[in-house]
Amino acid sequence: MNRSNRGVYFMGNSEPRAGMSWEEKREERFRRWLSPDVKFESPAAGEAYRRRVTRFIKAIRLEEPDRVPVMLPVEYYPAYYAGGNLKKVMYDYDELRRAWLKFIREFDMDSFNGPSLVFPGRVLDMIDYKIQKWPGHGLPDDAPSHQYIEGEYMPPDEYDLLIRDPADYLLRYFLPRTAGALQGFRKLGPVTPMVGIPVFYIMQFGDPDIRAAYQALLDAGQECLKWTAVVGEVSQAALAAGFPTIWGGMGQAPYDMVGDMLRGTRGIMMDMFRRPGKLLEAMERLIPICIEETVSSANASGCPIIFIPLHKGTGGFMSNKQFETFYWPTLKKVMLGLIDEGLVPMPFAEGDYGPRLEIIRDMPRASVIWFFEQMDMARAKKVLGDVACIAGNVTASVLCTGAPREVKETCRQLIRTCAPGGGYILSGAVHMDKGNPDNLRVMMEAAREYGVYKS
Amino acid sequence: MPESYVNLLADLKEDEVLKLTKKRIDSGEDPMKILEDSRKGMEIVGKRFADGEYFLPELVFSGELLKQVTAMVKPHMSGKATQVKKAGKVVIGTVAGDIHDIGLNIVDFMLDVNGFDVTNLGVDVPADKFVKAMKDTKAPVLGLSGFLTPAFDAMKETVEALEKAGIRKNVKIMIGGGQMDDEVRKYAKADAFGKDAMAAVSLAKKWIGVN
Repeated sequence: MNRSNRGVYFMGNSEPRAGMSWEEKREERFRRWLSPDVKFESPAAGEAYRRRVTRFIKAIRLEEPDRVPVMLPVEYYPAYYAGGNLKKVMYDYDELRRAWLKFIREFDMDSFNGPSLVFPGRVLDMIDYKIQKWPGHGLPDDAPSHQYIEGEYMPPDEYDLLIRDPADYLLRYFLPRTAGALQGFRKLGPVTPMVGIPVFYIMQFGDPDIRAAYQALLDAGQECLKWTAVVGEVSQAALAAGFPTIWGGMGQAPYDMVGDMLRGTRGIMMDMFRRPGKLLEAMERLIPICIEETVSSANASGCPIIFIPLHKGTGGFMSNKQFETFYWPTLKKVMLGLIDEGLVPMPFAEGDYGPRLEIIRDMPRASVIWFFEQMDMARAKKVLGDVACIAGNVTASVLCTGAPREVKETCRQLIRTCAPGGGYILSGAVHMDKGNPDNLRVMMEAAREYGVYKS
Repeated sequence: MPESYVNLLADLKEDEVLKLTKKRIDSGEDPMKILEDSRKGMEIVGKRFADGEYFLPELVFSGELLKQVTAMVKPHMSGKATQVKKAGKVVIGTVAGDIHDIGLNIVDFMLDVNGFDVTNLGVDVPADKFVKAMKDTKAPVLGLSGFLTPAFDAMKETVEALEKAGIRKNVKIMIGGGQMDDEVRKYAKADAFGKDAMAAVSLAKKWIGVN
């Protein structure tokens, strides 16, 4: 998440070079993941770090590691575990640091992700962000997560504006509609006046509304620095203690970019009937943008795994034919683009991807981690086992309401089903935001007791 | 003509449906007959959804078509809307703290095309609002929707609120959505868990006693 490192990385000698195959580029990135720029707390922490990363790397390569690796289903849980809640850590950076460091000290894990998705509440307040609810802001103070307010933030007749220049569209149309403090950007002229007369371009920055919008952005950016410092500190502390991150960056399926942010679920579904050509064209346009953004965050983090939460292509949401027409082709191009950069896409298939298994099989061998929510994992292993590492899926109900022994038993069955031959990561179907900490601890126990490979 | 009108609507032929609707209105046909045909078309859409031939995009699009047809027909209605006989009352809503409504609206659609009188309370519905709606409507069936894990507790609290109000025994409660399963059903002390909108329809039919 610490983008300021980006330049440093490019000056180093470990960057993947043009002309390398994707496998060679990936080996370079794996090497960098194995030796992060951090001083380990002890030689043992360094040893443990390398063992953990190697465990994941082997699972990705469809080889047998020493044992099944685990991704604990933890996102905001450290806030709750430390006796607070999400609201508290969104507004109090010291509390954020305290809670996450406490979690690092008290849990055994194979990987740990810094709190980069615990958005700073004050920054959201400063820009008057309208398309999200968070604890204390549209949700009760003790709500354990935030929620997205979907809408048609892009009306259907603006597809051409988006396609012509997505950056211009974001600045002059999307931001003013979705952030109250940035409404002034509505008055901005096109930001690409290539006519060689700078005065006409400059003079708009005298407008008080435009100035106020830029000022709000500058102030929010300043506030963000305080938060970024804590996120960076926690992430470094986790590395130093020997816990690798498994989120090197985050990507999105183009269909979800349009459906989540711009057109809404209803809007994009109407577009599939009324303007399928425009929808397809817009999604194509977003592919290189998604790839570029993701590569740069992976370069900064040093971890090559790219988390891609998939939303609107799930089983009940469209037919296989619609999936193959509207959802999969551009997602596949994004993933192939990332793979070509030496990165490892980890799509998190929210909902039911059972009907999609045969379709998503079509990727280079050992290039992707498919992370499943609702899934018959035996079938997933059967259909994908020879081409992709799979991860999942202790159900939310067991994780959040079950006893530790039930969680452990679920893990045992998952390991028995998915682990043989390698290519499996034990994880939850969703994150546990509240609940019994022992339900997390027994996941590690299960991996150690049932997940050891005897070779 | 009515039969092909029904089929055009079921096949989601937007242009043809709108053209034909206009033609039928212009020829002075009873608007109620047009609406009745639309309802038949939507029934077929619901059946195709249940059979796995249609998916969410088709439901959304058919809903939009119906809205357009209704808007065209309405100005020509004499005011006396004849009530279509309903199979029974069902109250549905997404529980407190959760604002997801996609699944909720599918259930609404499927119950409606199957003849139920649906009261949809929307999203982020507090327990006392469910209690009030159950008292007001005297509906025998309540459907609780939720997508997120915090909904587990919200569902439990809603069921408890109905108990406290003394009306739990008069109401059958079904739950559904994202992370729900039979474990959550037990946790929340609901009567049934349904994995999709078709399950909601068959549960409601079973409980209300409709074939």
